[in-house]
Amino acid sequence: MATLDEAVPPGEVQDAPADPRRRDYLAIGAVAWAGVGAGVIALPLINQMSPSADVLALSTTELDVSAIQPGQSIKATFRKQPLFVRNLTPKEIAEADATPVSDLRDPQTLEDRTKPDKKNWLVTLGVCTHLGCVPLGAGEGENKGPFGGYFCPCHGSAYDTAGRIRSGPAPTNLTVPEYEFISDTTIRVG
Amino acid sequence: MSFPWAKQYEPKHPLMKWVDDRLPLPRFVYNAVGAGYPVPRNLNYFWNFGVLAGMFLALQIVTGIVLAMHYAANAGIAFDSVEHIMRDVNAGWFIRYAHANGASMFLLVVYIHIARGLWYGSYKAPREMVWLLGVVIFLLMMATAFMGYVLPWGQMSFWGAQVITGFFSAIPGVGETIRVWLLGGFAPDNSALNRFFSLHYLLPFVILGVVILHIWALHIPGSNNPTGVEVKSEQDTVPFHPYYTAKDGVGVGVALLIFAALIFYAPNLLGHPDNYIPANPLSTPAHIVPEWYFLPFYAILKAFTFDFLWIPAKLWGVLAMFGSILLLFFLPWLDTSPVRSANYRPTYRIFLWILLVDVLVLGYIGGAAPTPAVILIGQIATIYYFAHFLLILPIVSMMERPRPLPNSITEAVLAGKGGTSPAQTALATE
Amino acid sequence: MVRILGGLVGLGFVLALLLGIYDTVSNWISNPPQATAEHEFHEHPRKAGFSFEGVLGKYDNRQLQRGLQVYKEVCAACHSLRLVSFRDLEAIGYSEGQLKTIAKGFQVPSINPETGEAATRDGLPSDRFPLVYANDVAARAANNNAIPPDLSLMAKARHDGANYIYSLLTGYREQAGYKNEKGEELLKQFPETKTPEGLHFNPYFATLNLAMAPPIQDGQVTYSDGTAATADNYAKDVSAFLMWSAEPKMGARKTAGFASLIFLVIFCFLAYGAKKQIWRGVKD
Repeated sequence: MATLDEAVPPGEVQDAPADPRRRDYLAIGAVAWAGVGAGVIALPLINQMSPSADVLALSTTELDVSAIQPGQSIKATFRKQPLFVRNLTPKEIAEADATPVSDLRDPQTLEDRTKPDKKNWLVTLGVCTHLGCVPLGAGEGENKGPFGGYFCPCHGSAYDTAGRIRSGPAPTNLTVPEYEFISDTTIRVG
Repeated sequence: MSFPWAKQYEPKHPLMKWVDDRLPLPRFVYNAVGAGYPVPRNLNYFWNFGVLAGMFLALQIVTGIVLAMHYAANAGIAFDSVEHIMRDVNAGWFIRYAHANGASMFLLVVYIHIARGLWYGSYKAPREMVWLLGVVIFLLMMATAFMGYVLPWGQMSFWGAQVITGFFSAIPGVGETIRVWLLGGFAPDNSALNRFFSLHYLLPFVILGVVILHIWALHIPGSNNPTGVEVKSEQDTVPFHPYYTAKDGVGVGVALLIFAALIFYAPNLLGHPDNYIPANPLSTPAHIVPEWYFLPFYAILKAFTFDFLWIPAKLWGVLAMFGSILLLFFLPWLDTSPVRSANYRPTYRIFLWILLVDVLVLGYIGGAAPTPAVILIGQIATIYYFAHFLLILPIVSMMERPRPLPNSITEAVLAGKGGTSPAQTALATE
Repeated sequence: MVRILGGLVGLGFVLALLLGIYDTVSNWISNPPQATAEHEFHEHPRKAGFSFEGVLGKYDNRQLQRGLQVYKEVCAACHSLRLVSFRDLEAIGYSEGQLKTIAKGFQVPSINPETGEAATRDGLPSDRFPLVYANDVAARAANNNAIPPDLSLMAKARHDGANYIYSLLTGYREQAGYKNEKGEELLKQFPETKTPEGLHFNPYFATLNLAMAPPIQDGQVTYSDGTAATADNYAKDVSAFLMWSAEPKMGARKTAGFASLIFLVIFCFLAYGAKKQIWRGVKD
């Protein structure tokens, strides 16, 4: 800073920083304030990647299940993902109930995974909990795997008639989305 | 690359030293925009505009990348995808308005930056390369801005694309072939939209590269200053940081204030209502005009209405419009005066003021409906534009008797004339 | 060399322009420009006095709801609102249940699940307002060769859009004997502009004659909130609604703007203070 002082003729020299703290205070304040602004402005630039309003608006799906006979299932879509709705036969229900819960990787009973008095309606996402492939078993004639439920061909996860993981790498049972019966034959998912 | 008294980088933290020993990026930044770059002490606020231009380039790139995550460059859905951004994407309206108005702010700031260079002779030796690279940046910006305006695929987008690619059809013989090649069709459509999007995404990064060259070239001689007198001693300079970072901070605040006022309270002020109508190849809007920043050049295009010397009026117009920008490349050699700053050039200064008014008049004419009076004023203003650069400037710079220059920047500063603005000087010397 | 070549190029441009000036002036004298009916008789929009104007202006939800009612009962017969979703109406004060009811009132395109043929179903909140005509040809055929434009962005697609819509809707006049503010009579000055069969005279429309017949009359729509059932109110309400449909985020925009401006003003003072402090003792 010596050069600057030399540049000003004697007498005109304003006493160099008499109160250095105040000078720092303003500069630091301005930079900090700008930092706050940059942080706030970053929020919308990050949040723009979250689902947009039109995507969120599609987050409920209503389904008419009256045409599904026992033993059949349908594939629908929920949030652009496959959704399996399966009408279980009494035999399948019995198989699911016969399995000891303590043997399961993700212990849940069929009751936990269905609605009261609607135990035959198994509603799950058709997304393997391993790495997201669509398991087989919901379509006509597809391989239902060794446990009679669903079978994921990507890495060999096998689900039982309650959509519970029984063998293979998947960590949890097929996800049961939030849904409700709004009439005896109509469900609303989401 | 710098003055002998420039401060040397000394890493304060061992980690920075470790990095600097292996990749001297901290040193590079320090010497470019840190305390290691000595800058004339008398720069006025007009010298903020280089940094402001850099800031708006950065903002445009950031908001543009984000918009490209939602935009669909397909003629069938481009318009609706922009409305999707405006209505459904989180804060999409903010990002889109920031990008649209950011383009205007960027051009505005660059125009002031160019005017600063004209007034203070920043294009003269030894800074010709800085100026030439600046003109390249300006041309790239114009191309980028035009292609960006096409992307929403509204009526003005479509007809802008039609008219501007129509320039190329003025080239004798091969013009129409070139136009069809540029569009990938006989009229603007999906193929044109897609390539414009691709180039609109690419060119800003090319601009960024040329900006780096522009700053590199600037650092060889160092910054010009309002006296136009070269730096002679250490007394004439202060380190860029903290002196000019602090001064630029003020400019950044004011520029962002204006920017925010536009985005939040007048987001469509500089746009055209017709661009909220989806592109319709069967109906031209009643009054098509480009964005405000192209209006002076549009006025030059429209001024040529007469076939002359076997060259049709249309080709004259296109040649003149491109010529009006390309002649800037020759400016360092058209102006032979050894004095840089118009503060010391009493005659040149008058003509430069006339030029600034002339460009504003051209801007008005460019946006006005073509009545005979408007055409006539446009023709007169265009004559002055070319005469200024190609006829008046070379003659004035030979004939003019400049006022005595100060011996050094410091002398000028101590006499109280260091960083005065043009208006102040004009008043003081009348 | 550069200067000589530049001078020649400059002289070339100047000569071409001087000839152009001669051309312009001689044309001007031999064919003085004629005043056009559009220029002399086209009116700029009248101000409706909307609540959303100005820096602090806000939408009035009750007005927007009335505007929606006018749109549904009058405009929707011919004009679509294709960029607006029913769910968007939550922003003008409807509950989820009300949204569903409104959506149900519209039939949207669908597919018959049995046969795969095109069909329609009741609208859902996630649907957009449906198109009125399948395509432009159908629109023309039904409307005397004029296409009723989509209204979603109309208030931004015209200069001073909300006031324009208001003025247009209330601006139909008897053409015979129509005088502008200067007292000139249209048909005396420009007899050739007599409104053709099938069009309607309206000085707020750019070409003075438009295909849309006067759409609203007093008493046509019954408001439930006690607002007087006048054509002027209908026009004002539907214009406000269309401003909302064109710019639904205006409220958020102005709020964010207020905070931003305060933030930036404080930053400007801080930056200026910091600059002053740093430059203290340095004469520039």
